[in-house]
Amino acid sequence: MEVLSLSAFDLSLAAILLLMLAITSFSIGLGLEKRIVISGIRMTLQLLLIGMVLQFLFANTSFVLVFFLSICMLLIAGYEVWARQKRKLRGTAGYLVSTGSMLVSSFTVTFLALTVMVGVDPWYTPQYAIPLLGMLLGNTMTGVALASDRLTIEMYNQRGMVEQRLLLGQTWQEASGDIRRDCMRTGMIPVINSMAAAGVVNLPGMMTGQILGGSSPLDAVKYQILIMFLIAAGTGFGVLTAIWLISRRLFDERQRLVLDCLGSPKQP
Amino acid sequence: MENIDGLSLVNLSFLKNGPYSLTIEAGECIGLTGKSGVGKSQLLRAVADVIAHKGDCYLNGTSCLELSPPKWRTMVAMVPAESFWWYDTVGSHFDPKLERVDSLELLGKLGFTSDVMSWQISRLSTGERQRLALLRTLVTDPKVLLLDEPTASLDKKMVDAVEQLLADICLLRRTACLWVSHDLDQLFRVAGRVFRVEQDGLTEEAC
Repeated sequence: MEVLSLSAFDLSLAAILLLMLAITSFSIGLGLEKRIVISGIRMTLQLLLIGMVLQFLFANTSFVLVFFLSICMLLIAGYEVWARQKRKLRGTAGYLVSTGSMLVSSFTVTFLALTVMVGVDPWYTPQYAIPLLGMLLGNTMTGVALASDRLTIEMYNQRGMVEQRLLLGQTWQEASGDIRRDCMRTGMIPVINSMAAAGVVNLPGMMTGQILGGSSPLDAVKYQILIMFLIAAGTGFGVLTAIWLISRRLFDERQRLVLDCLGSPKQP
Repeated sequence: MENIDGLSLVNLSFLKNGPYSLTIEAGECIGLTGKSGVGKSQLLRAVADVIAHKGDCYLNGTSCLELSPPKWRTMVAMVPAESFWWYDTVGSHFDPKLERVDSLELLGKLGFTSDVMSWQISRLSTGERQRLALLRTLVTDPKVLLLDEPTASLDKKMVDAVEQLLADICLLRRTACLWVSHDLDQLFRVAGRVFRVEQDGLTEEAC
């Protein structure tokens, strides 16, 4: 079965739905209409652009091109994780921490999947490498961002408690242990829940796409299982890395809590 | 450093304060007073090594930098003005390994009975928290006590009890004590010498 191609007219019909939402938002004074329209346009342009890039990439399997696109995706993901935090680690250090965690959560896991599990030849075949990496970056980003955001906020809010524990002779690991464990849980619970709900409550997007594209449901399911494992593992290790890297920066070499490396939240 | 039995601050400076130099012998209590906001609490925190500082502190001739931070902070222990608690009950904040023979006696002297360990933190009054925070530090048997307004939220009877208890501890355990307070009368009662903390140093107060 060939997938039915969508015409520009079909897409415009769907866009009208969004426009109606924007008009409703305006008429009831929600104030979201501008953001709805801009995000809609942004999404369309970004996806069209990546569609053209992929079309070009699929026609020329080149390691350099795949590598270059992957690095771009990683840098953007690192920035998104960093920018979403309320009290972020200031400067390049903060950006490097986020990007480093995304590197652990997505790059290593994607590489492992391509070489060992999928076993496609060459391993950087863009039809496999780019969508896999994209799925992993997109899905692990949420967990890593949640955990990092929570860690810096909690350390700031509970600085009195952390310092009290240091004053009682606890090491920095002991003094921040409860907070760090809480944040790791915050980062991992969404992905654990989504594994529990997969197939029962929601049909994951990738699987739906494969079925629409003509794969047999069982093949699609097997890929989806692989992806879920990878996302869960990637998120978990990414969260652990982020928490470790950030807490190392929040304590100096004499195990003092140093919070001047955190920026202040923007005033609303 | 020569072998002085006690705590020495040598050119200790932090933020815009200092340098401060002071020697407290074992068993001695020194009072610190000064304007609000001048940095008395920060001075104690610098001595406890929880804020960045220049200069050095020595305990019995050993530099702060030679010891691991947790080790230093158990020996040179600060009781901050506001205490923090993170578990539900009082007892879970006390290390079970540190059950001292005289801790029951300490409990009694601070006006508690042994069932206090099962009390809920959320039900403690400010005064109870302050006394329990002091107890929590005393059971670890520090060599130096850094006390920030240790009787600020206590009634007259408990102020007397705490002053008496700390005097006994200085005498019996040979603990050195640095006591910050706004109450000059109290400082002259409990301390041998009293200094006024200024931005650029310490000046001794006459009785």
